[in-house]
Amino acid sequence: MSNMTTSLYNIRLLDELAEKKTIIHNIHPLIKVLTTVLYLIIIVSFNKYELSELLPLIFYPIIVIALADLPLMILLKRMLIAFPLLIGIGLFNPLFDRSTMVELPWMQLSGGWVSFLSILLKGVLTILAALVLIATTGITRIAAVLGMLRVPRIFILQLLLTYRYISVLVEEVGRTVRAYALRSRREKGISFSDWGPLIGHLLLRTIERAQRVYHSMCCRGFTGAYHTGSVSRVRTGDVFYFAGWGIYFMVVRFINIPATLGSLITGVVR
Amino acid sequence: MHMADALISPVVGGAMWAVTAGVAAYSVKKIGNDLDEQKIPLMGVAGAFVFAAQMINFAIPATGSSGHIGGGLLLAILLGPYAGFLAMASILTIQALFFADGGLLALGCNIFNLGFYPCFVAYPLVYRLITRRGYSQRRIFTGAMLAALIGLQFGSLSVVLETFFSGKSELPFGTFVMLMQPIHLAIGVVEGLVTAAVVGFVWQARPEIIKRTTSGETLGSISIKKVLAALAIAAMMTGGIFSWFASAHPDGLEWSMYNASGKEELAAPGGIYHTLAALQERLAFFPDYSLKNQQETNTFAVGTNESWPTVNAGTSLAGLVGGVMTLMLAVITGCCIYMFKRRHKTSGV
Repeated sequence: MSNMTTSLYNIRLLDELAEKKTIIHNIHPLIKVLTTVLYLIIIVSFNKYELSELLPLIFYPIIVIALADLPLMILLKRMLIAFPLLIGIGLFNPLFDRSTMVELPWMQLSGGWVSFLSILLKGVLTILAALVLIATTGITRIAAVLGMLRVPRIFILQLLLTYRYISVLVEEVGRTVRAYALRSRREKGISFSDWGPLIGHLLLRTIERAQRVYHSMCCRGFTGAYHTGSVSRVRTGDVFYFAGWGIYFMVVRFINIPATLGSLITGVVR
Repeated sequence: MHMADALISPVVGGAMWAVTAGVAAYSVKKIGNDLDEQKIPLMGVAGAFVFAAQMINFAIPATGSSGHIGGGLLLAILLGPYAGFLAMASILTIQALFFADGGLLALGCNIFNLGFYPCFVAYPLVYRLITRRGYSQRRIFTGAMLAALIGLQFGSLSVVLETFFSGKSELPFGTFVMLMQPIHLAIGVVEGLVTAAVVGFVWQARPEIIKRTTSGETLGSISIKKVLAALAIAAMMTGGIFSWFASAHPDGLEWSMYNASGKEELAAPGGIYHTLAALQERLAFFPDYSLKNQQETNTFAVGTNESWPTVNAGTSLAGLVGGVMTLMLAVITGCCIYMFKRRHKTSGV
């Protein structure tokens, strides 16, 4: 039940955040999608032993989160949900890859630990990028971008309807499960004999709901298209935004900024 | 089973995006021809239903633990393979965007692993085959159970292959398979039991729902030949292209060159060649493979150790200091923007 409440809270929060009016929210959605895609490609193109090289990429989410007035702690909390998988698979790296790679005066670090940390950092950056995109753009404008990219209408419609009805159905399923839990013995979930009738009834109600939805859509003049509203044209500022981040990502990809900075500092100290 | 961006390489992510987009485009084309408008809300609401149903914990008898469903097979049974695949794709897209459940670059992998196999392999080749002579509780149970098991085994094997070819994890292929397949056998049993229970119940209560969608009258039937062709393409992409990229040994051209000239590559002039080679190395979308395989020594020799980046205490320290400085600068930049915006707001009021 708690995960259903969390899901509903999460969807509503991201919906509300997407309606803010900040400099980032005002950027054309297509530009934000393209910037995010470029950012993700750059991140995953780093090899598994490149750890310090990745660090300057953290400027992107930090600057966008700050400019878009997004709640950092909530985004970080969301991000942690994906971590068990990354840790689960990444933790095998230190076990299988034990050769020394980083040598510091007080410790040595194996290649496995470096690649493990690299996976975690990539996880942080990629998850933050996706969350930042949806929190500053919203599903409707993302759907409008998909339309611009000539994604078939039926898929966009499917995506938006699924999204719209998630809140309704999660609430309904949540109520049903709560009612079941209150009337059953202390069990860890729905007991085997009730799987069919409980979920089956929910499914039948869902199908009937779909018919009612269709009838109400017809009453409102549904012609097979879901209107996502008009999206303004790409402005010069939007192009500069994309170009600026694009150049920065390329610089980070080709120049190891932390190593250069570190050499400079350690050189001066010596 | 949702793959994250951090675990895949651009080539694997891009190739799986291309394959998935192809399957989605084909599905759209197939259902676009014979889909009546009434089915559109059903697809959307059924997708939302499966999303919600994924959160229900099912108590597993005699184990004390609980499991949940993926729902790909259930969607295929309710909507048909094409609409089921699109519904699954939209669920996974929403999960990637809103719940950090699987990455955006890994979305192609996730839709393929969790949508393609149940809708285009398990449903037509197993479930429909078993139930084609008519429905009974036993046939529904056998069909759903076997289809769920086979669909999940394919899906988890796909995860292993995609992770392996991406080269981010050091997990050996065999160990990873031995970890993933048995776990997904157990998950498949739960998926099969829940799907069979739900479909069996709906068939008893409203048989026309199950008959209509599985008969393929409204949402199109599926050609086994086309499924096999799609699988062959996917297998060629994974087995052929990826392993060519990933191979620690030389490819056919290099092998024949080695036999002909005694060298893997012909000597190249300096200047622009080295500049371009350095650029290509930087841009390589399979860096993990290039890193370990960049050997000056002869790769044909059996037992040759893979090259290793130079360990240098000075470089390590400079990297650490620089890294900490970069992080500090990033945090300071963020704080400055926050402070500036707050001051701007206060002065505005």
